[in-house]
Amino acid sequence: MRHHLGSATKSTMAGTVFYAVFAYAFLGLAAYAALFVAPTELTMGVIQRIFYFHVPSFWTAFIAIATTTFGSIAYLATRAMKWDWISVSAAELATAFLTIGLVTGPIWAKPVWGVWWAWDARTTSTFVLWAIYVSYLLLRTLVDEPERRALLSAVVAIFACLDVPLVYFSIWWFRTQHPQPVIGDSGYLDPRMLKVLLFCWGALVVVFLAVVRQRYRLEKLRAEVDALRMEAERRGL
Amino acid sequence: MSLTRSTSVILSKELRVELRSRELLSTTLVFVLLVLVLFSFTFDPTSAEARRFGPGLLWLGLLFASSLMLQPSFVREQANDTLSALRMTPIKPFAILLGKIASNLLFLFFVELTLLPIFAALYNLSILPVLGRLLLVLFLGTVGLATTGTVFSAITAQARLRELLLPLLLFPIVAPVLIASSEATVGLLSPAAALDRVWLVFLIAFDVVFLTAAWLFGEYLFEE
Repeated sequence: MRHHLGSATKSTMAGTVFYAVFAYAFLGLAAYAALFVAPTELTMGVIQRIFYFHVPSFWTAFIAIATTTFGSIAYLATRAMKWDWISVSAAELATAFLTIGLVTGPIWAKPVWGVWWAWDARTTSTFVLWAIYVSYLLLRTLVDEPERRALLSAVVAIFACLDVPLVYFSIWWFRTQHPQPVIGDSGYLDPRMLKVLLFCWGALVVVFLAVVRQRYRLEKLRAEVDALRMEAERRGL
Repeated sequence: MSLTRSTSVILSKELRVELRSRELLSTTLVFVLLVLVLFSFTFDPTSAEARRFGPGLLWLGLLFASSLMLQPSFVREQANDTLSALRMTPIKPFAILLGKIASNLLFLFFVELTLLPIFAALYNLSILPVLGRLLLVLFLGTVGLATTGTVFSAITAQARLRELLLPLLLFPIVAPVLIASSEATVGLLSPAAALDRVWLVFLIAFDVVFLTAAWLFGEYLFEE
């Protein structure tokens, strides 16, 4: 048993190192591409380069949200704890990437729009989305029993996912009736810009996968420790 | 037992409990009234401003009130573990949920009906010409609040810090209802007194989506 555990840990350790090195290298190359390869935007200047991480963060967050929803449905259907572990790992990453997007947005908006926060449709809806996933994570910390936590948070995650289109539509419709800053949309995107954008997205997706993998293992180990502790108590050790 | 029958049994039970104590309705009424008065202190609105901001304040007050009022819906069942008794009855879990949604809807709607004339007087708004459409907006918005609120109240009743957790879960989820119903109310109270069809359809869509979700996933909330 011990031997088996040891070897399993060794091989996952190698995987972790591989993923980490790969993610770091990819992220480094992406940063280089965003800063030096992509051409400087004419009207906004250097600050536009933040887009190469700002936009892909949201795209990655949506992958994470889809993963959380899928994991939650799968948990309700199968009652296998692994789906709950996947859901929580992805939800944490979704919150992290939404946070990155919400922080990089104002950094860009201040010099370009003149304000940090313009209450435009997209930022506002994303903020609501962020609040929804933060409250999902908070709920998880406030339910102690693992199965109950998995069940309740799965229902919340499904409700949250159903709410996403409603949030976006309501705020979009609300905002288009009110004055808002005009977003420069010339319709032309330099092909190099697009390539760098997709490259950066690739890097963030690799980071997402690497961290989710790690976070999933942590959740699994926690469950194992809990089970062992209960077993020890049962035997009166 | 059919769904309608069992739902009405739960509903009448909820109403009887509330009519005997009347604590929920009276405290919520006073609470929303206080919020509306306090809002007017912080804004000191002129009549044009009152038309523009009043509906939002009303809906915000109702949202705060519902987060307080929906809390006891399931917590009240925990004191004597009556929820387990309910589960043992030959009633579908969805009927329990639907009965509670219906009773919460009635309570909230009652609070709104009582508050509406006071709100109109405080903010100097004429609501009589648009009363029918205003009640429709109030009803549709409240269905959305009651549905999501009752589901989340069932969830938070099983967690620690539930008094804090319910508003935290509820507010971002019902943000669309808050926007749609305030905007619809603003439209009704504006000089043109027009009801934007989009918001009406939106509120119906929200209600349908979450009632369906409650129907599909409600049973998971009652598992032991």
